[in-house]
Amino acid sequence: MSTTETTIENKKGTAKANLEVFSATLQALAENDRGVLVVTSDSRGSGKLVPFGQKFPAQHIEVGIAEQNLVGVAAGLASTGKKVFAVSPACFLTARALEQIKNDVAYSDNPVKLIGISAGVSYGALGSTHHSLHDFAVLRAINNITVVAPADNFETEQAIKKAAATTAPFYLRFGKKNMPLLKEADESDFEFGKGRVIIEGDDITFIATGETVYPAKLAAEKLKNDFGISATVISMHTIKPLDCDLLKRIAASGKPILTIEEHSVYGGLGEACASFLLQQGYRNRFKIMGIPDEYTVTGSQAEIFNHYGLSESGIAQEALTLLKE
Amino acid sequence: MKKELYRKSIIYRKKILKYIFNANAGHTGGSLSCIDVLNVLYNHVLNVSPGNFSSPDRDRYIQSKGHSVEALFVVLADKGFFPESDLETLCKYGSHYIGHPTRKVKGVEQNTGALGHGLPISVGTAIAAKLDKKDYRVFTLLGDGELPEGSNWEAALTASQYKLDNLCAIIDSNGLQITGPTSEVCNTEPIDAKFESFGWAVRHVDGHDLTALMQTFDAMPFTEGKPNLVIAHTVKGKGVSYMENALKWHHGVPTEQQYEDALNELDNAMVTVPDDF
Repeated sequence: MSTTETTIENKKGTAKANLEVFSATLQALAENDRGVLVVTSDSRGSGKLVPFGQKFPAQHIEVGIAEQNLVGVAAGLASTGKKVFAVSPACFLTARALEQIKNDVAYSDNPVKLIGISAGVSYGALGSTHHSLHDFAVLRAINNITVVAPADNFETEQAIKKAAATTAPFYLRFGKKNMPLLKEADESDFEFGKGRVIIEGDDITFIATGETVYPAKLAAEKLKNDFGISATVISMHTIKPLDCDLLKRIAASGKPILTIEEHSVYGGLGEACASFLLQQGYRNRFKIMGIPDEYTVTGSQAEIFNHYGLSESGIAQEALTLLKE
Repeated sequence: MKKELYRKSIIYRKKILKYIFNANAGHTGGSLSCIDVLNVLYNHVLNVSPGNFSSPDRDRYIQSKGHSVEALFVVLADKGFFPESDLETLCKYGSHYIGHPTRKVKGVEQNTGALGHGLPISVGTAIAAKLDKKDYRVFTLLGDGELPEGSNWEAALTASQYKLDNLCAIIDSNGLQITGPTSEVCNTEPIDAKFESFGWAVRHVDGHDLTALMQTFDAMPFTEGKPNLVIAHTVKGKGVSYMENALKWHHGVPTEQQYEDALNELDNAMVTVPDDF
């Protein structure tokens, strides 16, 4: 692979938005593979794909603001063996085109890589129309699709490369914020369906995904510094299939578990973990942190995180509460 | 050739009725309205066979109007994609031969049944042919009742944008949907003017006139650089007098007596092949 222009520097202090890493990784893939295509719904700008379109105009399909058609066209392209990335804001992609995802991609086994951009509350102040707090829930209920929310630039690059190398349908969700590396990048440390252990601890476990892993990590550091409490922090980048082996190992310690996600508390990572563990017979103290069932408060992503406790201090506070119960 | 096609249409109709009767389920009226189009496609137009079905160069047929899967299944069986005896299991517990097209059945390109899906998928497939500079063509059959789905119109725009003259959408225009006449449920006329305004080249054809259907498809592309639309004017339940244009046969299943009457009527049609064939 020609990587001189597009290699992702996974070094401290070079944090980029995961979406930028997605775009750069896609360009690197497209360099040597004319079968790599990107399909956009007037989303090349917000998807950081303008350079891709300029560099590979023959590999960029634009369908306009038409998400159902976006996914259907992507499925048709993928049916011919193309490596297709269908890019659209997560809120529209997974709601407006849900039937196309269900039928044209997952049921028909057309291996489209669906890229949900500006996911969660990335579009903060734009309000609930633009928030994607349902995508884990709806896609978890659909057979034959892998659901991934990478946390940092390393996970993003790995996820894109490895998804592209498969012939399976994927949904990958990205936000807009610059995401610092969670720990030293190690290519052997990323596999779909396997949670990444960011910090090993003894007193409580944080299971987070996507852009909430970083505040979870900060919360763990704060608990350690302020109270001597050590938390395990896991980046559960693959929402489906879940890493059941890791969940069992964590639960077997009997320590409390806190799940954290930029998603409704209904139907997301937390409920997925709770369901599995309960059915396995585990009875750990357990709390799901996410966005409650209400019209979401507006503000920046950080302000919304603060409002709902999905911040360093909010997560630390919740952990202390859970430990006292 | 033409006499053979004429006979095939009648045989296909008898088989559609047979397997729907056996299954006690199925979309009878719509299968009978589109069967002549499928006959011409599979026996005159499409470069598709069991032998080349995995070839990237084959023509594609995607049945958006998934409800008429019985028509597709009897044609695929006739073309040798699977033993016709498999259709004895139609809609039975555990069978792959379910009430809508599924890729579990050899010869089926895409899983359809939910409406408004075939055209966008066909557009993507046709774009891929253009990108790869391949000569294969993509055909999709839509019911007139599914036209109000917005995804069709989104796809119609993209087809025009990408100048997909290797794409052919066919509307099985029988004028009836489950609730009643399409003109009363959600009138999409004038369909031709709408598609033309979207940048398509449009032809009307009698969807039961095999010669006219052959000539129409042979004339593709109708206009270079424009996607092709064939509005096939058909009769729901065509070929069985008591089913023709009768709403209840959308997914009605004949009684034993009705089934016998239908077979007799079709057998009579078989012995009176028109002179011009």
